[in-house]
Amino acid sequence: MEEAKKMINLTIDGKKVSVEEGTSILEAARKIDIDVPTLCFLKEINEVGNCRMCLVEIEGVRGYKTSCVYPAEEGMVVRTNTKDLIETKREVLQLILSAHDKKCLSCVRNTNCRLQDLCKKFEIEDYDYEGEMPEAILDDASECIVRNTAKCILCRRCVNVCKKVQGVSAISVMNRGFKSRVGVALNMSIKKSTCVGCGQCIIHCPVGALTEKSNVKELKEALADSKKHVVIQTAPSVRAAIGEEFGMPIGSLVTGKMVAALRKIGFDRVFDTDLGADITIMEEATEFISRLKNGGKLPMITSCSSGWITFAEKFYPEQLENLSTAKSPMEILGTLIKTYYAAKMNIDPKDIYSVALMPCSAKKAEIVRDELKLDNGLQAVDNVVTTREMARMLKESNIDLAMLDDEDFDEPLGEATGAGHIFGTTGGVMEAALRSVSYLLDGTEIENVEFNAIRGSKNIKEAEIQIAGKTHKIAVAQSLASVSQVLDEIKNGTSKYSFIEVMTCPGGCINGGGQPLVNEYKASKVDVISLRAKALYVADKEAKYRRSHENPNVKLIYEKFLGEPNGKKSHELLHTKYNKQDVYVD
Amino acid sequence: MQKTSKELRDIRSNTKLKFKSSRIMICSGTGCTSSKSDKILEELKKKGKELGSDVIIEKTGCFGFCAKGPIIVIEPEQTFYEMVKVEDSEDIIKAVISGTKVERLMPSENDKFIQKWHELNFYNKQKRVALKNCGYINPEDIDEYIAVDGYLALEKVLTGLTKNEVINTVLESGLRGRGGAGFPTGKKWQFTAASKSDVKYVCCNADEGDPGAFMDRSILEGDPHSVLEAMAIAGYAIGSNQGYIYVRAEYPIAVERLKIAIKQAKKYGLLGKNILGTDFDFDIELRLGAGAFVCGEETALMNSIEGKRGEPRPRPPFPAVKGLFAKPTLLNNVETYANVCQIILNGSEWFSSIGTNTSKGTKVFALGGNINNVGLVEVPMGTTLREIVYDIGGGIPGGKKFKAAQTGGPSGGCIPNQHLDTPIDYESLTQIGSMMGSGGLIVMDETKCMVNIAKFFLEFTVDESCGKCPSCRIGTKRMLEILTRITEGKGKVEDIDRLEKLANVIKNASLCGLGQTAPNPVLSTLKYFRDEYVDHIENKNCAAGECKALTKVIINPEKCKECGICQKNCPTNAIMGEVRKGPFEIDQTKCIKCKVCVAKCPFKAIS
Repeated sequence: MEEAKKMINLTIDGKKVSVEEGTSILEAARKIDIDVPTLCFLKEINEVGNCRMCLVEIEGVRGYKTSCVYPAEEGMVVRTNTKDLIETKREVLQLILSAHDKKCLSCVRNTNCRLQDLCKKFEIEDYDYEGEMPEAILDDASECIVRNTAKCILCRRCVNVCKKVQGVSAISVMNRGFKSRVGVALNMSIKKSTCVGCGQCIIHCPVGALTEKSNVKELKEALADSKKHVVIQTAPSVRAAIGEEFGMPIGSLVTGKMVAALRKIGFDRVFDTDLGADITIMEEATEFISRLKNGGKLPMITSCSSGWITFAEKFYPEQLENLSTAKSPMEILGTLIKTYYAAKMNIDPKDIYSVALMPCSAKKAEIVRDELKLDNGLQAVDNVVTTREMARMLKESNIDLAMLDDEDFDEPLGEATGAGHIFGTTGGVMEAALRSVSYLLDGTEIENVEFNAIRGSKNIKEAEIQIAGKTHKIAVAQSLASVSQVLDEIKNGTSKYSFIEVMTCPGGCINGGGQPLVNEYKASKVDVISLRAKALYVADKEAKYRRSHENPNVKLIYEKFLGEPNGKKSHELLHTKYNKQDVYVD
Repeated sequence: MQKTSKELRDIRSNTKLKFKSSRIMICSGTGCTSSKSDKILEELKKKGKELGSDVIIEKTGCFGFCAKGPIIVIEPEQTFYEMVKVEDSEDIIKAVISGTKVERLMPSENDKFIQKWHELNFYNKQKRVALKNCGYINPEDIDEYIAVDGYLALEKVLTGLTKNEVINTVLESGLRGRGGAGFPTGKKWQFTAASKSDVKYVCCNADEGDPGAFMDRSILEGDPHSVLEAMAIAGYAIGSNQGYIYVRAEYPIAVERLKIAIKQAKKYGLLGKNILGTDFDFDIELRLGAGAFVCGEETALMNSIEGKRGEPRPRPPFPAVKGLFAKPTLLNNVETYANVCQIILNGSEWFSSIGTNTSKGTKVFALGGNINNVGLVEVPMGTTLREIVYDIGGGIPGGKKFKAAQTGGPSGGCIPNQHLDTPIDYESLTQIGSMMGSGGLIVMDETKCMVNIAKFFLEFTVDESCGKCPSCRIGTKRMLEILTRITEGKGKVEDIDRLEKLANVIKNASLCGLGQTAPNPVLSTLKYFRDEYVDHIENKNCAAGECKALTKVIINPEKCKECGICQKNCPTNAIMGEVRKGPFEIDQTKCIKCKVCVAKCPFKAIS
């Protein structure tokens, strides 16, 4: 049994608190609901003490101390709110403001900005210091991410998320002193860097220095164009998060309201990416069985997560054969929209404007990939908007999603299974595959469809499964830094797995780079990832069908259009190939 | 070949014999080398050969009297030759052969030649402990170091003292960190020794960065083994087998000497496995810094050694608990180490008998600025600034008045006339708004504008701030902007309050020592020279005449003899008038205040 950690007793602002040894003063304060201001702190990711907003006074200790990194000690008496301390922080804030592009009203983070929060908290009435501004560099060459150094406050959350969580290190601090800025090696655009477009930097940026590349303007034009048949598909995780943008609690499942809102804003059809996910399972599981049977490359790794594909192409080009060749659910559905659906409705695919509502910034780069283009040269998906972008659009159109009545997706690409729904959370793709693999192999249905071993927030989860009487080890990996460990094992020949699910972001798509922002203090109080995941598991439980192969739509599509999973036509339409990507090349 | 204690003793006594014979020691520190002492050494050797002399001709470390360089001392007579030129080589050799002296190269005081170098006024009040071997031994010859009881302290420690005894000796000596902050060295050793870990490190901070400071450089150039030996002793005391010296790449001579010294010490088995036949292993590696001032801060230094961006880490954890590569690490400055062997050999009582109550031993200062005897001096703690400036430094050139002394570099402050009698120790300097710092001591005369001086140091800090925390990154920049404004005649009445407010925020909110002390030059000049700030702001006047925007060069028509010399010399054609046709006048819109005309006017009509 693990030894219980020693408890430390201290007093903060006159209130006693008891915490485990090793806890920082900041976290001890949070335990008793004292919100010591921070701009840079991110637990275990950015504990660097940069921003100076969390300074506290400790009795008997000289000078102010950085509470985010200072460990609580027995008997400590801490003050977070003395007059001098507040005055000092106000001045630090003034200094930050003096080097910050204060065009708040035109900033995408207006009213959702940690710096604004603190200005309010410290009653900033005017700007005290004027002077030279840091060099303003706008890097908007990437399809996914826009960086604006004029808004950056150099908290370095982005740098350390990229490095520690994703193992990508596309950005780092360069130059020093007042000339310091977050930049890319060789002063290149982030597009040419190791960046995979995941957008974890965006969701952790306390201000508006990092945003997704917006294609909303194009979308609005398409919606206004009466000649265009504008359809939208929605990723599994969006329904578990978009409600937050409309004041609903974290973890609200708003599938029906979301469909209603999208219909209201003018989409001709609202389809469900989850159906694409069901088809992905048919293809991927069949591919896995075929690899098992025919001695193909193992372990096979899932290929739904866009950032992951880019990561593999940039960091592990020698492992590309391990990736399933199945396209992502978004691309599969996009392809079906412009082929199966277009034919069925007798619409020229050129007249279809196909939009995907995604939790993800990386998907914006996926849709322009050459190898994903259809035979007629069209993109399967024309535009990707993130959850946040869509929420803004809806608000602009006076649509309050929270107030709408539920509506259903449009057929023939509407109904999906519970297996498709859980694609949005880590472990979901693997669980969905496991629900179908035996059936696809020999028609056996498994009894229990819930695989608890691969649910939850651990970065690497393992399980053993029986396929045709043989035991196979499988793994579920999230966060690219952890994924690297799994890949290194494959590289070294020590991997014990047959099948691996990879998701780029911690928690999977529900915590993707395009999802609603939750400020760090709030995120320390509620487990955002598991609440959103729970919503998807509820959707799964309530679904009429919980196995992809049971989906009547899926059956129909194969029967009428595709033929066999992994067959000739599905291979042509639903599978792709991967290529090594060079980085830092002009 | 690994040497035994006996073999070291033999080397010691043999080399001591060499010291009795005639030796020409020429300074090969950076200062004298830049005045061609390397060429002189070559020439001396050449002439020695030509003239058939067997006199030993060697390079040595810094004598300290840099204003008089290149310097040569003839041993064992200790004859001092100053400002030697390559052409003097032949006469020097001939004099050695004939047992005479080259009088034209000898210094004189009160019309009398000074026969031995220690008799110079410059050295009178000095006490050389850390610099003991500089100027006496060849730093590239380990045998010479051994001959002056080198590696005897290490032998004493390894064969006769427990770890605790070593730490206690250092503790009882009262030695405090010479890098600036003055933390008790023994305590640091104690803390690091108490940390439990399989691996620990001993680091030497040789990232000397204060403008005008060269104490550590001179020690490394003149006596590198004293640092290596002390690090090995520290390694034994705290339980470490690996040392790192972090030295600036801009110190090529020091780096080279360190490389040679490490190689020689390894060859003799004084570094490496089973030192002196004991079970103690210790090795030292060099790491070159790229010259960022902040890398002198201990945690930034460790980041840099680890190959990371050189910027400070928050403390705790302190290096003694979690330092280099996350292992307990002892970090001391070069000069601190240079004292350690002397303490071990002579005892803690000997060391603590030097200095004041709270500050023991000596301190090396790099004396610079408006002072006659620019150079490196080592004085017992408690010596007054007046003694350093006037008795050792020889006062201010040109009969000008003393205005202030700046200690502690960009972290320190300016000390005015009224505090000249302050005894130098850690506490007294802090009390008067400055700090000991690593030992830069810049003297300023009455022609220096204190606002401009504050601006100079702020410029340095702004350049050298790592950029990690906003108070330092943006705060120092904003302070500099205000100071620049003031020196350009655009100062506002509220600027002084703003400067003080900013200074306090930067002091209280910054992450590391660099930021926390960055406002000191401004605070201390505001404290002692507030009038000058007010004069700049309210009267738009710079009394010292340094701030060009605030000075006016004017020709006094009554004194002007209409000769036109000023006009001929003016680089911007700012002087109007014709010879013998009335007094000349300066067009203020064209004048760049270079004051060439002031210097050239034979009638002192321009000021």
